[in-house]
Amino acid sequence: MTSQGLPAVIEAVEAPRTPKTVRGGRKWGDVLLRIVAGLVLLYLFVPIFVIILFSFNHPAGKFNYSWQGFTLDNWAHPFKYPALTEALKLSLNVAAVSTAIALVLGTLVAIALVRQRFRGSKAVDTFLVLPLTAPEVVMGAALLTLFLDFNWAAGYTTIVVAHIAFEISFIAMTVRARMRGFDWTLEDASMDLGASPTRTFFKVTLPLIVPGIVAAAMLSFALSLDDFIITYFVSGSTVTYPLYVNAAVKAAVPPQINVLATAILVISLVLLGVGTLYRRKRIEA
Amino acid sequence: MAGAATSNRQRSKIAPYLMILPALAYLGIFFVVPFFSLARTSLSSSGGSVYLPTLTFSWDFGNYLDAFSHFRDQIIRSFSYALVATLVCLLLAFPLAYVIAFKAGRYKNLILGLVILPFFVTFLIRTIAWKTILADDGWVVSALNAIGLLPSEGRLLSTSWAVIGGLIYNWIIFMILPLYVSLEKIDPRLLEASKDLYSTAPRSFRKVILPLSMPGVLAGSMLVFIPASGDFINADYLGSTQTTMIGNVIQKQFLVVKDYPAAAALSLVLMAIILVGVLLYTRALGTEDLV
Repeated sequence: MTSQGLPAVIEAVEAPRTPKTVRGGRKWGDVLLRIVAGLVLLYLFVPIFVIILFSFNHPAGKFNYSWQGFTLDNWAHPFKYPALTEALKLSLNVAAVSTAIALVLGTLVAIALVRQRFRGSKAVDTFLVLPLTAPEVVMGAALLTLFLDFNWAAGYTTIVVAHIAFEISFIAMTVRARMRGFDWTLEDASMDLGASPTRTFFKVTLPLIVPGIVAAAMLSFALSLDDFIITYFVSGSTVTYPLYVNAAVKAAVPPQINVLATAILVISLVLLGVGTLYRRKRIEA
Repeated sequence: MAGAATSNRQRSKIAPYLMILPALAYLGIFFVVPFFSLARTSLSSSGGSVYLPTLTFSWDFGNYLDAFSHFRDQIIRSFSYALVATLVCLLLAFPLAYVIAFKAGRYKNLILGLVILPFFVTFLIRTIAWKTILADDGWVVSALNAIGLLPSEGRLLSTSWAVIGGLIYNWIIFMILPLYVSLEKIDPRLLEASKDLYSTAPRSFRKVILPLSMPGVLAGSMLVFIPASGDFINADYLGSTQTTMIGNVIQKQFLVVKDYPAAAALSLVLMAIILVGVLLYTRALGTEDLV
């Protein structure tokens, strides 16, 4: 996923659904439309089926590109290649650290934009969108020239610094989208009942915005884990998970890459499912 | 009590600025300043060796001329690939977004979830999967050979179409979702009204749905076009030396050849063309709000 598009994903997921059925014009047109839509949906899944299928492949050479035979070996030894495992661990580390820092910075901006009226808030709004409009290759290049100018050695720190830079805007926009439409008079009610501003923040404001923060954190984490282009420019000789995959394409693609990709997909699905159930429960309660 | 309230109000005057300061400072240092570094590098002349390149700032605008003259093909290719990919995305995404918004009923959430699901697999691995699918000994090539759509020695991999196909696949979700959001907002009564007034289905589509979906078309097109024109993965994995894009050149000049001024100039050219394109496009479609 690229950072540019993520606000669009959030907007689509958060958009209120109005149940509506629109009667189709002619019957045949309607059927044709559904078939085309179904085919497009299927198309989105073709590579995913291939990835899952090839996680059970028994490749003959270095490259897991053509089907040779079924095996469960790859799933039995998902961590067979230490370099791949190390790269994945590093990526999880980078994602966790950068998300934690960007979450604090981004959430503060979101709260200020939604809850406070201040001069220049429009300009801040526009400024936040800018990092999402630059192509990743340009952002990576710009950061690289900065690090060169200041003689910063590329490595773990520069990767984390770069990830925070593209995560802040995204987190601020996600949290802000979630905070719109809340009943903020609850805060006044809390203060009227004698709670201090600090107490109000922890007892009223924070519980209201936590679901938004959690969603932003999860997506920012996924974004960091998946980032290749910007990381490629600022990584030096440090190897993250996507960088390992890229090097593999040039040298040897072990099926363990497919195993770990499938595992990550399943884990995201479970987290997504749990999140949906949790939200539904809260709404029902 | 009154005193406490006043001091609270006074504090809240600077409070928002204190809250936005850390993030703005961070983005200032790691988003704005890097562009100055990039601009400065693009106007420097390089010396030294590949291992120890030295840069001297010299208002060397020649780097820009070189960028245009040396890499004209890649510049043109990037924008034509991105343009074709954006158009195909629009054509493929519209029916799906329309069905999700108007016909899916209670399956709406499920289908939306399915649209997003593939994007939980790393972008690079999805592109590798296309390498497998389009491979010379793969079943797609044999099927196309069998029905005569592809000559027996024809290939899919390493062609412009493979690269454009990869661009389409990797960014189509960002066309589907904004389109869906703008279609979802259309009041179905408008469609019924146009029908009651004896409009035909194609006419209703042209006069009601299409104009109202313009914000989605605009947002989706930019979300596909911008990353697609700067991409180098699809050209690298699915293309050949004949299909390289600007992204490939920038990447290679920066990280392999280490000709920083040329690469920096090319990055800024890419950025400038995209900005001009976005500006013209938003003017043409007559809407100001981008995101």
